[in-house]
Amino acid sequence: MNLTLKIWRQNGPKDKGRMETYPISDVSPDMSFLEMLDVLNESLVAKREEPVAFDHDCREGICGTCSLHINGEAHGPDRAITTCQLHMRKFKEGETIYIEPWRAKAFPVIKDLIVDREAFERIQQAGGFVSVNTSGNTQDANNLPIPKVDADLAFDAAACIGCGACVATCKNASAMLFVSAKVSQFALLPQGKVEAKERVLNMVHQMDLEGFGSCTNTGACEVECPKEISLDNIARLNREYLCATLSSE
Amino acid sequence: MSNLDAKIPEGPIAEKWTNHKNNINLVNPANKRLIDVIIIGTGLAGGSAAASLAEMGYNVKAFAFQDSPRRAHSIAAQGGINASKNYQNDGDSDYRLFYDTVKGGDYRSREANVYRLAEVSGNIIDQCVAQGVPFARDYGGLLDNRSFGGVLVSRTFYARGQTGQQLLLGAYSALSRQIGKGKVKMYNRHEMLDVVIVDGKARGIIARNLITGEIQRHSAHAVVIASGGYGNVFFLSTNAMGSNATAAWKAHKRGAYFANPCFTQIHPTCIPVSGDHQSKLTLMSESLRNDGRIWVPLKLEDAKAIQQGNLKPTDIAEENRDYFLERRYPAFGNLVPRDVASRAAKERCDAGHGVNATGEAVYLDFMDAFIRYGKEQAHVKGLDGEDKDLVIKLGKAVIEEKYGNLFQMYEKIIDENPYETPMMIYPAVHYTMGGIWVDYNLMTTVPGLYVLGEANFSDHGANRLGASALMQGLADGYFVLPYTIGDFLADDIRTGTIPIDSPEFDEAEKKVKDSIATFLTNDGDNSVDHYHKLLGKIMWDKVGMARNDKHLKESIVEIKALREEFHKGVFVPGKDEGMNTELEKALRVSDFFELAELFAMDALKRTESCGGHYREESVTPEGEALRDDENFAYVSAWEYKGEPSESVLHKEELKFEFIELKQRSYK
Repeated sequence: MNLTLKIWRQNGPKDKGRMETYPISDVSPDMSFLEMLDVLNESLVAKREEPVAFDHDCREGICGTCSLHINGEAHGPDRAITTCQLHMRKFKEGETIYIEPWRAKAFPVIKDLIVDREAFERIQQAGGFVSVNTSGNTQDANNLPIPKVDADLAFDAAACIGCGACVATCKNASAMLFVSAKVSQFALLPQGKVEAKERVLNMVHQMDLEGFGSCTNTGACEVECPKEISLDNIARLNREYLCATLSSE
Repeated sequence: MSNLDAKIPEGPIAEKWTNHKNNINLVNPANKRLIDVIIIGTGLAGGSAAASLAEMGYNVKAFAFQDSPRRAHSIAAQGGINASKNYQNDGDSDYRLFYDTVKGGDYRSREANVYRLAEVSGNIIDQCVAQGVPFARDYGGLLDNRSFGGVLVSRTFYARGQTGQQLLLGAYSALSRQIGKGKVKMYNRHEMLDVVIVDGKARGIIARNLITGEIQRHSAHAVVIASGGYGNVFFLSTNAMGSNATAAWKAHKRGAYFANPCFTQIHPTCIPVSGDHQSKLTLMSESLRNDGRIWVPLKLEDAKAIQQGNLKPTDIAEENRDYFLERRYPAFGNLVPRDVASRAAKERCDAGHGVNATGEAVYLDFMDAFIRYGKEQAHVKGLDGEDKDLVIKLGKAVIEEKYGNLFQMYEKIIDENPYETPMMIYPAVHYTMGGIWVDYNLMTTVPGLYVLGEANFSDHGANRLGASALMQGLADGYFVLPYTIGDFLADDIRTGTIPIDSPEFDEAEKKVKDSIATFLTNDGDNSVDHYHKLLGKIMWDKVGMARNDKHLKESIVEIKALREEFHKGVFVPGKDEGMNTELEKALRVSDFFELAELFAMDALKRTESCGGHYREESVTPEGEALRDDENFAYVSAWEYKGEPSESVLHKEELKFEFIELKQRSYK
């Protein structure tokens, strides 16, 4: 395949940045999208130019590192996958492909297509845990039966990979889907009940401090989420938050 | 025989760990606040260790090259985690888990360490559940288990096909809590480039901030490395792109012995290579071998026609298919251990029977499972069990429920529907059992330097069983290191902060800066990946699944020559300031080159076959791996002497007091 790539290049956080055009040929439809970028980078290095910086690691859709906005869609045109699982057979011969970083105030660009997602870290640190210390003396795991339905729903929420596609795709750059996934996981499990109130208040407070936008229920996040995290989680977050605010001193 | 003291406690195997814990030094809570610990890597081992040490009161600095601790490659583990809970009442016990692990490792692991691993395995499950890890449950609300290769009980706990992810997120949540409290200072996007030894003890590291390029000095009273395995020395593996051996290798160059570097696990069920552009390989869970049957065309002309695209697998009649695992190993069939299954597939492909355009793939066929499950369903639902189309349809639905996500993943990558045509699979590098040598306390030959998880060598011998990697990572981090590190740190309560302006830090920092400068001013023509791919080819062809004297000797010469070419011919664009992904790769690959040479030397030296290490010279008359306990029942621990080729071999003799050594047989 022969393609034209329009790629966002930005030297550092303070650089203004611009779109650059790169023609690329001999792309195999069996390549993954990131392997296509590898080929481009090989050719740039051969010409003694700096390769395009992009985030990636596991390349099997689970680490949540890769993060490209492709033709205006987070993780590209396919559904329920990350960019590393996108293959070139989804594109047409001669197509022009626009590749941009996640765009959000809370995710500043570090270089080219790489953004800083530390805001997610701080939200986790504000309450994304059960306060239990490591010891060999916790009760036996089977002393706490949990209905399978609750365990399965908690798992669905816990499957979030923290990639940030929900923020990137939201017109408000809201992080509600991400935060709701973590709040829901613990809200659905008995282990999370003890600290449920503080957790939701602290995590939402941190989310607001980080400069993420508000949720207006457009549902775009659910559509682009590579792990198909459901909007139901946002509803659960709102309920948890409301209960916590009404019952707090 | 050696100067290696594994410090294995005296006494019966089931009492060693308890006795040891009762007798080692402790640090009192107030004094823990005066002590700093550095941890490299935040996967299951490093993340759990960082959280646990911080909870105990130590000041922890944790480092990850990823942008978050949650992205360490432990996250990609699919199958599950073993624990001897005996919830299924099928006769499991600590002893049985210990026995299976030692046998599965082909009797090349240390008994005392493996028993301890089995002993704490149950605590891991309790701890994870308390943290809110959503393990699979049955309708009674209790935890579910499944069975894995090479064992006779159901002891594997799992969270769908994402067990590694859920366990890592559990450790990450505990770590995040400590970061929030200020007890752990987290350094994301930082890479350790050297360890600093002061007065013979590990007292700090040199790290590079991958965003700004700044070279930093960090001091501590002890350094813990939990940076994973070195499978990427093969270029293509199931490891993440960033997985590297740099932290472990730098520790080795500063005095930590490297143990059994040639022990590598090649996993039989991975998606085959499709072309030169390939950047990594994707694993398909071992669980598929429960229902899939592995075969290749019996006739060479059929194989050739398939390779050329003139025949389809469904065109090959039943009598013209060779179900080679069932033929060679009637007792275990398609469920032989990973090393055995991988070698058998390679043997058939080398003989010309492989499929795919490359001839390097075999079929994993689910048709019989569709029919078996379909007939069952037809019977249950009172439908016509003779209607073949209906039966297959019903069977496919059952398979979809069991493995749907894997089938979908396969279809995305290969663009073929595995419900309609057999899957193609081929072995790929997956895990490294070898690693830095550690004693019973997980301390290396350098005092104050500890190594955990896949980065050490001690628990899996020459072959790791499925679902044991997660168990070891969390055991080391949650339940072993937090006790044993106190024994060393008890001497440091009055030491005070380790200064970073010592000559040792100067020397280490200069060395790092010089090597960066050398790469950036090198007038070469080729990219880092160019050389990494060539190295991977040598490793795969000559130090891969089947090894022999001639190829290993050639490989050592070739690796060395290629290393010299790499240092002369590599071109690294950009500057040392700011983010420079090519420079990161160059530094990692330069360590892979040195490690590769030692790897091949170790493989050459060990003339027996054991586990994943298969020497063509040491084979039974039936073509199976033949161990040589008389001459090789030892851990090879290599000491660095300035060049990989000058490394000195030390041996830790392996004594089996509680298990009888036997030749493994799966016939």
